[in-house]
Amino acid sequence: MGNKQTIFTDEQLHGRYHELAPHLVPMDYTNEPDCKVPLSLIVNMPELKENPFRNRIVESFSEGGDGNLSFNEFVDMFSVLSEMAPRELKAIYAFKIYDFNVDNFLCKEDLEKTLNRLTKEELTPEEVELVCDKTIEEADLDGDNKLSFADFENMISRAPDFLSTFHIRI
Amino acid sequence: MEALKEQVEEKKKLVATLRNKPWRMKRRLDVLKEAQDFVEKFEGALGKGKGRRLYAFKVMMAKKFIKFKRDFENFKTACIPWERKIKDVESHFGSSVASYFIFLRWMYGLNMVLFGLMFGLVILPEVLMGLPYGTIARKTVPRAEQDTAMDYSVLFDFEGYCKYSILFYGFYNNEKQIGLLKFRLPLSYLLVGVGIFGYSLMVVIRTMARNANEGGDGADEGDFTFSWKMFTSWDYLIGNPETADNKYASITTSFKESIVDEQENQKDENIHLRRFLRVLANFLILCCLGGSGYLIYFVVKRSQDFADMDNADLSWFEKNEVEFVMSLLGLVCPPLFETIAELEDYHPRIALKWQLARIFALFLGNLYTFLFALFDEVNEKLEREKIIKNETELALAHYYANYSSFYNTTDVPPPNVHPADAIRGPCWETGVGIEFVKLIVSDVQVSYLTILIGDFLRAVIVRFLNYCWCWDLEAGFPSYGEFDISGNVLGLIFNQGMIWMGAFYAPGLVGVNLLRLLSSMYYQCWAVMSCNVPHERVFKASRSNNFYMGLLLLVLFLSLLPVVYTIMTLSPSFDCGPFSGQEKMYDVVMQAIDQDLPAFIGNIFTYATNPGLIIPGVLLMVLALYYLNAVSEGYQQANTDLKKKMQAARDEEKNRRNNKDSTNQVMKDLEDLLPNKSLIPRPIEEEPPLDVEKVSKPTKTKPGSSGNGVNLQKEVSLAAPNPRGPVTHGPGPRGGPPLNTRGPQPGPARGRGRGGHPRR
Repeated sequence: MGNKQTIFTDEQLHGRYHELAPHLVPMDYTNEPDCKVPLSLIVNMPELKENPFRNRIVESFSEGGDGNLSFNEFVDMFSVLSEMAPRELKAIYAFKIYDFNVDNFLCKEDLEKTLNRLTKEELTPEEVELVCDKTIEEADLDGDNKLSFADFENMISRAPDFLSTFHIRI
Repeated sequence: MEALKEQVEEKKKLVATLRNKPWRMKRRLDVLKEAQDFVEKFEGALGKGKGRRLYAFKVMMAKKFIKFKRDFENFKTACIPWERKIKDVESHFGSSVASYFIFLRWMYGLNMVLFGLMFGLVILPEVLMGLPYGTIARKTVPRAEQDTAMDYSVLFDFEGYCKYSILFYGFYNNEKQIGLLKFRLPLSYLLVGVGIFGYSLMVVIRTMARNANEGGDGADEGDFTFSWKMFTSWDYLIGNPETADNKYASITTSFKESIVDEQENQKDENIHLRRFLRVLANFLILCCLGGSGYLIYFVVKRSQDFADMDNADLSWFEKNEVEFVMSLLGLVCPPLFETIAELEDYHPRIALKWQLARIFALFLGNLYTFLFALFDEVNEKLEREKIIKNETELALAHYYANYSSFYNTTDVPPPNVHPADAIRGPCWETGVGIEFVKLIVSDVQVSYLTILIGDFLRAVIVRFLNYCWCWDLEAGFPSYGEFDISGNVLGLIFNQGMIWMGAFYAPGLVGVNLLRLLSSMYYQCWAVMSCNVPHERVFKASRSNNFYMGLLLLVLFLSLLPVVYTIMTLSPSFDCGPFSGQEKMYDVVMQAIDQDLPAFIGNIFTYATNPGLIIPGVLLMVLALYYLNAVSEGYQQANTDLKKKMQAARDEEKNRRNNKDSTNQVMKDLEDLLPNKSLIPRPIEEEPPLDVEKVSKPTKTKPGSSGNGVNLQKEVSLAAPNPRGPVTHGPGPRGGPPLNTRGPQPGPARGRGRGGHPRR
């Protein structure tokens, strides 16, 4: 999956950014131009192509939530998803990614969407319901039937696999 | 000056932690630039230029070292064989089927070490430094057998050239020291034989201990199952479409497993019917076991009669009756047990354990009957050996007498008989070794054939006949087979048990087993992926493999017994093997201690084997066991207490918002006992429901995380509402402050133990 480096040179990342949309992205960034690569081009990157959450990932790192990333945001995205990013940082962005309706809570619909994306809708509606109910029951601490960031963070900080799975190598 | 230094340090720290802040990139870049400028400007003023270079060098070395460590870890993980194969199987069939293959791989590793020991310390010295084939009697095929020695059927029975090769005990010479290095082969043979058991024991127990640690470690094993599955199961590194498909399949399977687990917990039961059915099932199975035991006994008795008859009169069936019946029982009984076990209606994981235990009992009966038959044979051979030994000595005495009387000298050269013509004893150890090797080989053949016919042929028939058959073969009667976990695991464990038993008498057996395990891995992986379908009820293998390990340990002990018994009590053959000529096999060790080691070690051993020393030693060990057991129980109790406390605290929190009632039954009872319930203040109406009363949890809540817009307020002081109540009532009735100060909160239980409660 590409090189194993985590400390990039400017040219490498910029090169990757540039090749997404060669006609849009200038080679020269000294004047700090203001261009954004659209969502549809970014989600076709080989690292993101097979990810069921690719749209949400790109949207959470874009400023306006529309998925068009400037170069800074592009670098930000891969830096958070890299190995070196600390757990708390990853937890914040994971929460944003799974929050489909962007209301700062993981409500039941968000969980259902997540589950359906994960299983490609192979589970029956009753099973989906059961899993979402159990998830809320396990992680919700304040009893409001949805997961706030604190609930999510409490749960994810103890997960043994979180750091190793929430990781993209570029 | 000091303040400046501090500021520079602060800026440096900021630069170091800049990556961890969840800011937008632009903001980070700005702050970084500012901090770097500041540091550069003022560090020069502090004259720290040179130190920076050394520091930079150290930092670079540290980074290189971390990278090297990571690469090495990656390399080690990449070296683990068959990892991708097993992951494939796991993603299609679930973790319980994959656990069989993981067990197989572990077994392969164990056998590799045993083979290394045996090969390097016993076989190789004999081959390199010992006498070659044909030089002495024990290493040569006897004249009578030489015509047929190369025939395929004879080799297949492990007679002929096979019997007189390094594969078996009889080949090894009993010279005390061989070759340039003066390698003590007999001593080494005995020590390796015992060392194999010692090493296996150590490895099995170490694996059990490690599994026990893993299993008991995560106190949160059951707490966040579904949450973790939902949020941490997708591997973001996947970029290959096929891998992604596998991952989807495995995630779905894993969810289904957990759902099954969850539903089992919620089922309600009709206890009496269940109990009756279970008793009935157990009774039926006991009958089956008894029946099979008797059948084997009967067949073994018959085979002893057959052994007396002439070999040529017997048909193939009668010659191999014992092995045939044992294999048949091994094939027929497990499915029978499974059918009967359907009466019991257990959770699949528990049902699997019961199935394993029953098949274990079956195989154990088979194995020990086989062993008893073998012992009869050994005893009979020992008898014959005595006769032959007497004959040989008689012949030798005659020869000497004739020679000296003929040539009139007392200096008699040893008789020059060609090795192939010398009189041979029956060599019971080689006989035992041959029996074990034959058993293992027939076991392998049976299992491979079963897979070929039972799975592959069946799958081919179902797939191709389906086009022209009346009912749907795939969904209906035969359909595709499911992978039989319990049968395979037990087969593997018993196979290993037989290796342990036979390795002493047939050093080549471990090598044969290694080949068998290797081919088994590839063959079974292929068979599973192409002919089997996942189980209807998918369930997770128990987290620790300790059940399998426990069975393995038991089998290890059971296979240790016969070998130790023969070493201690039976006398070795007089003309074959490394111990020929000794009274008992362990005499080699005694000789080595007496003659080769310095005197005081011999004294130490004499003292150590004194019963006066051994009995207190055993007592001490028993006491230590008891003590450690008690300590571990104490820890487990403390663990469960802590868990209960945490759970109670969480439940309280949850119900606090919902119904403001104490969830604790004890609390409820106490409340009921209060004299005047109407006086309990009800501050609920005074609290606006919009008040975000978020409890500050024991875990961290960083100020940084509030950057997300989530409001985390500290716990609102609970002292506020309550005093308002009692104050309005005045000091007359016994409500109010005394009520609140007396015990734990009555009425609105507000997260007891959370924050500072002045009343406590």
